[in-house]
Amino acid sequence: MNKEKIIEVKSLSKKFDSFTAVDNISFEVEKGSVFAFLGPNGAGKTTTIRMLTTLLKPTKGSIKVNGFDPVSEKNNVRNSFGIVFQDPSLDNELTAYENLVFHSVLYHVPKEMRKERIDSMIKFVGLFDRKDDYIKTFSGGMKRRLEIARGLIHHPKILFLDEPTLGLDPQTRNHVWNYIKELNKKERMTVFFTTHYMEEAEKMADRIAIIDHGKIVKIGTGKELKKETKTDSLEMAFLKLTGHEIRDDESTTKKERMRITGKMWGTR
Amino acid sequence: MKAVYIMWLRQLKRYWRSRGRMIGFLGQPILFLIALGFGFGPIYKAAGGGDYIQFIAPGIIAMTALFSGMFSGMEVVWDKQFGFLKETLVAPVSRVSIMVGKTLGGATVATIQGIIVFIVCLIIGFRPMNLIYLPMAFVFLFLIAFLFTALATAVASKLEDMQAFPVIMNFIIMPLFFLSGALFPLNNFPRPIYIVSKFNPLSYGVNGLRMTLTEVIKFGAVFDFLILLILSGLIVAIGSYLFSNVEV
Ligand SMILES: Nc1ncnc2c1ncn2[C@@H]1O[C@H](COP(=O)(O)OP(=O)(O)OP(=O)(O)O)[C@@H](O)[C@H]1O
Ligand SMILES: [Mg+2]
Repeated sequence: MNKEKIIEVKSLSKKFDSFTAVDNISFEVEKGSVFAFLGPNGAGKTTTIRMLTTLLKPTKGSIKVNGFDPVSEKNNVRNSFGIVFQDPSLDNELTAYENLVFHSVLYHVPKEMRKERIDSMIKFVGLFDRKDDYIKTFSGGMKRRLEIARGLIHHPKILFLDEPTLGLDPQTRNHVWNYIKELNKKERMTVFFTTHYMEEAEKMADRIAIIDHGKIVKIGTGKELKKETKTDSLEMAFLKLTGHEIRDDESTTKKERMRITGKMWGTR
Repeated sequence: MKAVYIMWLRQLKRYWRSRGRMIGFLGQPILFLIALGFGFGPIYKAAGGGDYIQFIAPGIIAMTALFSGMFSGMEVVWDKQFGFLKETLVAPVSRVSIMVGKTLGGATVATIQGIIVFIVCLIIGFRPMNLIYLPMAFVFLFLIAFLFTALATAVASKLEDMQAFPVIMNFIIMPLFFLSGALFPLNNFPRPIYIVSKFNPLSYGVNGLRMTLTEVIKFGAVFDFLILLILSGLIVAIGSYLFSNVEV
């Protein structure tokens, strides 16, 4: 049990006004492992990732990412990870290639390696012949693929993936996961991901945390979760732990509204 | 340094790609120039003020830099809404370089816009007094652009959406503009307004620009230059601080 921990979270909470999005959670992620975060919509997965990645200040609790505190040692933390966001984060007015160059420069990929890395990643996601097209001409899945390619350009110690394969066809999903798994093995890159695909979690993750209403209800290997809930699939275990009712998703509405206002202003 | 460069480059590319729309933004200053220039010109002359175009051209060029800079700065809000700001903010680069990169990009765009209006001024009859001072005039133009882009960027870091934009436009930018001496000399105004204008950073920009374009340069220009420079530095510092606390 004395494996090296690369992420340590203790009694972490986040409140938005009076609403508690993340409620006193604690967990650890071992270096070089693949860790999955499962939970219904609005459970607090993205909020947790935002706190781990310096984008949001916790209300309470402590975090260590690669040994650093995301509140007081932001830059050290930022140097330790890469991330693929759940929401779009590409510049629509730039080409695919330009988006990746922007990223490589911000992440200090040495100039002599830049072109090679970018080319290989853009080929990897099958967008090489579209590399000089504007993002605004891409389909949803193509944008998603490019976001993943971008997240993999520099090889971080920890890779955060917030629903990375959302909207991807099964071929691409497989392809992407094989690559990530390889990086995980070869470079001992730790992977922290969220997903709604149970088979993905079961197949890829060494450990799985199930979060609901901001609280972690269970952590363990896929096997352990099934055993403890006396079910024979992760999906059944998940449903048993989180219940069957559908969540009204408060989280999307605000951001959606913002996007719509943006569109009404009509610049991009 | 590289981070600053790539952020600057991004804004220039975006500007170039939307140049049609950006040229459209020049409609307003050019309208001011023509309507006021030809409308008030004869009155100004009759009152013994000389050639009004000579007087307002520097003011209108400053206005262009002010409005464009403001607008470029506010683009940060769009970056926030469209998610791109997250990508910039999680990157392992200092917040100072983010602030400086964004501001330099916007300021360069605003300066180009100002130069276009300068050329329009030349076409309708504006004549700079001394071409040797022209580089100095461009320095002032750039400083105005930089200062107000920085201001807008800093403010935008705190905004969630563009709804505050018209308010900022009407209650900050327009008063700054009218109380800067861009359109009319302020020395004849009631004392209180005159004093207020002395606290208006744009006054120093307009003054510096006017001096380098149409007058004999006096020591005052150095003072204007220093004021703009120091304020810019201050606002970049504040903006960097604000960026280190942005949550997206
Ligand atoms: N900025 C915010 N202000 C107020 N409430 C927020 C904010 N961001 C998130 N929330 C709330 O926090 C809760 C958790 O949201 P979060 O985005 O973490 O969910 P999630 O687990 O990632 O869900 P999904 O599977 O839909 O992505 C939601 O109820 C959401 O409404
Ligand atoms: Mg989420």
